[in-house]
Order: sequence, then structure tokens, then C-alpha cells
Amino acid sequence: MATSTIPARSPQFPLAGFARRIKAWDEMAYFVTLASAVSILTIVGLIVFELWISSQPTVKTFGWSFLTSSRWDPNSGKFGALPFIYGTCVTAFLALLIAVPFGVMASIFLAELAPPRLSNVLTFLIELLAAVPSVIYGLIGIFVLLPLIRSYLAPVLTGVFGFLPLFQGDFYGVSFLSAGLVLSIMVVPFIISVSREVLLAVPVDQREAALALGTTKWETTWQIVLPNAKVGIIGSIFLALARALGETMAVTMVIGNTPKISASLLAPGYSIAAVIANEFAEASGDLYVSSLIFLGLVLFGLTIVINALARILILTTTRRSA
Amino acid sequence: MVMTISPKRKLVNSLMLSLSAVCTVLVIGVLFFILGYLLYHGARSLNFQFFTSLPKPSGETGGGMANAIVGSFKVLLVATLIGVPLGFLAGVYLAEYSGKTFAFVLRYVIDLLNGVPSIVIGIVAYALVVRPMKHFSALAGGVALGIMMIPIAVRTTEEFLRAVPNALREGSLALGATKAKTIFSVVVPAAISGLISGLMLNLARVAGETAPLLFTALGNMFWSRGWTEPIATLPVMIYNYAIAPDEDLHQQAWAAGFVLLALVLAVNVTAKMIIMRGPAASRR
Amino acid sequence: MATPRQQLVNEADPPSTTPYEPPARDTSRCKLGVKDLSFYYGSFQALHNIGIDITRNKITAFIGPSGCGKSTFLRTMNRMNETVRNTRVEGEILLDGENILKMDVTDVRRRVGMVFQKSNPFPKTIFDNVAYGLRVNGVRNQSVVEEAVEKSLERAALWAEVKDKLNKPASALSGGQQQRLCIARALAVEPEVLLLDEPCSALDPIATRKIEDLLFEIKSLTTIVIVTHNMQQAARLADYTGFFLMGKLIEFDDTRKIFQNPSVKETEDYVTGRFG
Repeated sequence: MATSTIPARSPQFPLAGFARRIKAWDEMAYFVTLASAVSILTIVGLIVFELWISSQPTVKTFGWSFLTSSRWDPNSGKFGALPFIYGTCVTAFLALLIAVPFGVMASIFLAELAPPRLSNVLTFLIELLAAVPSVIYGLIGIFVLLPLIRSYLAPVLTGVFGFLPLFQGDFYGVSFLSAGLVLSIMVVPFIISVSREVLLAVPVDQREAALALGTTKWETTWQIVLPNAKVGIIGSIFLALARALGETMAVTMVIGNTPKISASLLAPGYSIAAVIANEFAEASGDLYVSSLIFLGLVLFGLTIVINALARILILTTTRRSA
Repeated sequence: MVMTISPKRKLVNSLMLSLSAVCTVLVIGVLFFILGYLLYHGARSLNFQFFTSLPKPSGETGGGMANAIVGSFKVLLVATLIGVPLGFLAGVYLAEYSGKTFAFVLRYVIDLLNGVPSIVIGIVAYALVVRPMKHFSALAGGVALGIMMIPIAVRTTEEFLRAVPNALREGSLALGATKAKTIFSVVVPAAISGLISGLMLNLARVAGETAPLLFTALGNMFWSRGWTEPIATLPVMIYNYAIAPDEDLHQQAWAAGFVLLALVLAVNVTAKMIIMRGPAASRR
Repeated sequence: MATPRQQLVNEADPPSTTPYEPPARDTSRCKLGVKDLSFYYGSFQALHNIGIDITRNKITAFIGPSGCGKSTFLRTMNRMNETVRNTRVEGEILLDGENILKMDVTDVRRRVGMVFQKSNPFPKTIFDNVAYGLRVNGVRNQSVVEEAVEKSLERAALWAEVKDKLNKPASALSGGQQQRLCIARALAVEPEVLLLDEPCSALDPIATRKIEDLLFEIKSLTTIVIVTHNMQQAARLADYTGFFLMGKLIEFDDTRKIFQNPSVKETEDYVTGRFG
């Protein structure tokens, strides 16, 4: 190497060794954070792997007919997923049926009608609803909602709509209906929160253009603002659906935990999350446990798909108006 | 053409707008009803005994949930020790180091993890911890809740670190500090209020989780020693008592529900207030 | 071939040499009469006791420096200012003698239309944009709607350019075309007064010219009030011009008088470019 003409280091600055140590810390920080990121990826991979492996006994025994069989009899070693898939879907669908109209209407009020300060305060409170633990909803469900439904709602439903198979049969309180109702309360804050944001994102000049033509406020909202926000609102519905599908405690406390498919909403039923919660701890035998785990895998797959769709929909709306 | 505002249009307008207000009132009403009901029934059943004594065997009245309260804290501690460092560091990686494609993949996977139903996480924790150990434990419960804490920890860390203006980073680097030093001595402290409130929200969320604890921590009518024994937690006790055919236990469930909800909401409100007043507020 | 407006300008009278007299208040020709109008944003008074008569089937322009209140005043005339919270109006605005502040606001807005500074077509087809106002106001007969849409687009000097692509989205049009589409949309509901808030400020000179030509043509169908920051535009287009300053109407008169022989010093300062 040629003789350096660079002046020697000034004594205040770190010696070469210290500089090397600092550089080492710097690189270590990079690797530590990278390692964390990679471990998270590994954990997720592990989750999928573990679920898949542990489901194998059931997959090998029943194959795909597991998903279409409606016989769930642990004592005789017969396992079928259909009653749970049915219950999960019915309660989620019912929850959305109730929550979507209420949620969208409330979000319209909050975005279009309420003065900004009131809107913010009310939204803050509504988002608190989303923070209430599931087991508390279950508590309210059992001790408040069930008696109310039994005393007021069920008689009305059987009285007025009793000719429909939907509302026939004996009613003991625990039912698809009760679970659907509790779920609807739990998912409504999600619908309101996201819908309100996408409604607010619609540019003001669209509303002004409609109003200036002699449109009423409602007509403007329904015909101009809402269609603009449609995609994002649907995204919020998917989010709510994903939450409803995976909801465990509140559902298991009011659904009746009966693995039967019934046409009547007043009948007790079961959901995937509820059966796992109830029977996993005491499940004995490989087939029993792996069936429950396979059910968990099914639920996992379902919620992944729906969450992915939701993200795409919401992202498209907010990006469009950004 | 005669075009005037018909009375029907005016009626529809008033009707639908009023309906939207009614829906909002209903939703808010439900919130206050839940809070009020819990307040009434829960506060009524709350007594000193609740906080200090162990559950009584079935049949006997009285008793409390002292072990469940401590148990919840222990499980949450394990969860925090597992989920927060992992989540925080990964968040730092995403905000400060990562390239575009890896960031996209990582964020997608973390979103995936966030969407996994809590009961399924419980199954995984069972498979990973309970099965090898051959018994239920606080550790297993902590692992389950820890995994649940990861996605939110990553997201809030990334969000609040990104909110720190670049000028701060450049100022530090221009003084000769290394990237790591800049991050941990300048950027993180600048974002600290957001990070803490994010942590609080995260904790509040998993503190109320019941499902993943059902077959990991399981439960215990007595004190649990150490971390490898089954342990009682508040949400699981609420669940067990609520479905038990015993009025006295129902009362205790209300009391426990009140305590749990009060804690969760208090932490939530505090955390949100911190965020709303924080430096990142102007960026939102 | 000179447009009708050009012909009129070419045949114009030479400037008047008689002493200035404010135009007599001929209420039979007054479409929109504003009496003692004041407007407040919260506690801030944005408009001070404005009194003005807008003559039917003529073009009236409002000019003045930024922030003088001319747009605010325009928006009171179809009560669009009510979409902003915490505002207050005092005084009267009479449409054919009837106070619009006491009428149903949706009715007012159908009768007094507005075109905005930045074009705001709906994310619908060209046809549906123009038809929207008709449908919302109860016109259901499809052939009636189609006829009205064609007529409006012709009046907005847009028909030839879009007649083959009525089903294409409005967003596919250029800026100038979109603004003409907004004019067509406003014309479709047959407004008695058309308010335009700096409609050409975001457009290039050629697009501006097209819009000015069409405004001149349609003034016989409706009454036009236009706010503009471009004095030359006011001089070209308007029959009457009002000069606003700091929320007050300083002078209102024949356009030629305002620009060639203003009575008030502030007006003269503004139109000769001494400020603003």
C-alpha cells in the first residue's frame, strides 16, 4: 500500500477498535430485527404446519367426506363437520343481516348529519364497544338477552312468522337466533367505524353538485355518496364477517352446543369455534382431537380468505380517494 | 316539464334521515346498556372477599377470585415477554431497514396472523407447549396470548416509527451516529408515547381473551406455583361461573366481568387519549 | 363567421357622454332581488347589507379581489352556504318576489342552479350525469329524458362531441368538456337562474372561449350570474357588473359604465389595475 497522505486521526475521535465495535453493534441490530421478522414468519408457518399435521388422522380416516357428514358422535368415533359449518355460517349470516342495515345507517348519520364534534365523540364510544371482551358479551347474552328473547322476541316471531320453518319448534333460549343477535351487536362497531371513514372520504364537491341540482340530503347520500363509498363499505362487511366467523365465547354461551342441523332459527346449534372451545380440553383419542383440529384448520382457511378480500376492498376505496 | 319538490320526496328525506339517527342512538344505547348493567350487577357483588379469597368449592357460598386476578397478570406477563419484543423488533425492521418486497410479504403474513381466530391460536399453543410438556400451564397460556400480541405490536411500532419525521434521523446521522444508535436513541424515544399506548391497547385486547386459555392455561381453583402449572385467569373464571348452575357463582361472574371490563375500558380510553394528544396526531 | 356575441359587440354603441345615473329599479325585469343581505361565518361578518337587483335574461357579473365576498354572495343565492356549519343569513333574497330563505331549500336549488369552479361530474356515464337532475325531480318517461338530455347538451355546446359516446364515463372527457357537461347537467333541470362560480378559472383559453360563447347564447333561456376574477371576461360577457370589496357591494351598473366611467373611486382603482 502506498504511504497515506491522510493526516493522522485527531485524538478526540474514536480509535479504530471502538469504531469496529460500534459497527458490530450496528450490524447486530440489523440482524436482531431481521431475526425477529423471520421468526414471526416461522411462527405463522409453524401454525399452518402444526394444524395441517395434527389434522392428518382425521383426513386419512374420513377424507373430504368429513366436511359433508353431519354425524358428530365422539363415543362411537364418528365425526362430521357439517353441523358446525352450518351453525357458523347461519349465525354469521344472521349477524350480518341485522348489523349491516343498522351499521350503515348509523355510519350515514355519523358521516353526513352529525356535527363533527358529536360525530367524533359518538364514534369514540362506538369503537369502545369493539373493545369489550367476548366473554362479557356472553355474560350479557346469557343473563339479559336470552330472557328478553324468550319473553318478547320469540313469541312474536312464532306468532307472526310461525308458518315458516324458520321459526318453528320449541324454544329454550339457546339457539341460532340468540347467537346471531349477540354476534350482530359485536360486529356492528366494525361496520360503523370503517363505513364512516369511507363515507367521509367521498369528496365534498360530489355532494355539492347533487345538492345544487335540487336533490334532497337523503337522495344525495343514497344516490351519490353511498355508491362512491360502496366498495369500502362492502370491505367493512367482510371484516365484520371474518370476526363473526371466528367468535367463540359469546357464541358458545348462547347457542346451545347441540351438533344438529335445524331449519329453525329457534333451535339450538353449534359452531366450529364453539365446539372446539367446549370439547377440546376433554377430547380423548387421536381421532377426536384431530377432528377438532381439522375444524380449526377449516375455520382458519375461511377467515384468511375473507380477511384478504376485505383488505383488498378497503384498500381500493381509500387509495382511490387519496 | 313541471319539476317541483314533491311532498313524498320531502317525507322520504325526513324519514330516512331520522331513521339513521335512530340507528345511531340504538347502537350507543346498547353500549350504555351493557356498561350500565355490568356496573349495577357487578358492583353490587363486588366485595373485599372477591379480591382476596380463593374460590370456594361448589356448594359453598362466598369465595373470591384472588387467584384468577393474579393468574391473569402472570399469563399476561409471559405474553408480553414473548409477543412484545418480537413484535417491536420486527416493527423496527419494517420501519427502518426493510426492502419493499420483503416488507410486503411480512405485512401480509402479519395481517394473516391477525385474522386467525383466537381459538385456533389456542390449538396451536396446545400443540406446541401443552402436548410436549404433558400438562396445562401458565406458560402455554402466555405463548398463546403472546402470539396474538405480535401483529398489533408490529403494526403500531411500524406506524409510530414511520410517523417520526426524517429530519430527526438525518440530524442524528449527520452527527456521526450509526443507524442503530439513531433508531434506538432518537427515533424510538420520539415515538415512545405512541408505542406505549399501542402496547396498552394490545394488552387490553388480549387481557379479555378467553378462548385460547381454555386448553392452555386451563384453570385452577387454588393458587398456582411457578409457571408450569395450570392457572386460573379472570376471563376463564367468568366463563366457568356463568355456565355453572349456581346463582352465587353467577353473582361472582358479574363481579369479575365488571372488574375485567373496567380495566379493559380504562386502559383503552387512556391509550387512545395518549395517541390523540401525541406527536403523531398531526400526521393522522 | 362571427358568433352572435361578436356581432353584438361589433354593433355596440359608442361610450355614453351623458352624466351617470344609476339604472332605474324596474321590478318587472328583476328576476332576483336582494335586499339588505348580511352573512356571517360564526361571529365574522362576511357580507354587509348587500342590495342588488338581478335583471332577468341578462348576464350579471361580480368582480373583485380575492376574499371580497363575491363567491360567498353567489352561494347565498341558492343557499349552498347552508352546507357549512355555523353560518347565518340576514335580509331577503326574492326570486320573482318570493323570499327564497323561507322556501323549501331543495326547491330553491332546483330553480336556482349552480356550476362550480372545478368541474364535478358524477362517476356515471355522460348521459346519466345530465339525466340525474331530471330523474331525481321525478321525470321518469325515458323518451322525455332522452330529449331533454340532448337539448341540454346542445345548449352546452357539447352535443356534437359526445353524441356517440353518451354511455362512456364522464371522467373520460377533458377538463373543458367536463365543465360544459356540468353546465348541461345544470341546464337540464331548467333553472330560472344559473349561478356560475369562476367556471373557467381551471380551464385553458380555448375551453374558456367555448364556455363564454355558450353562456351568451343561453342567457335568453335563463338569468345568468357569474363570479369571475378575470375582468376582461366580465367586460366581454356581462350586461351588468357588480364590484365587491371586503364584503360590500361598492358599485353596480351597466358593464360599460363600470369599466369605462365608474362612479366610485375604488371601482376605478380596481378596473384600471391600481390594486387587486
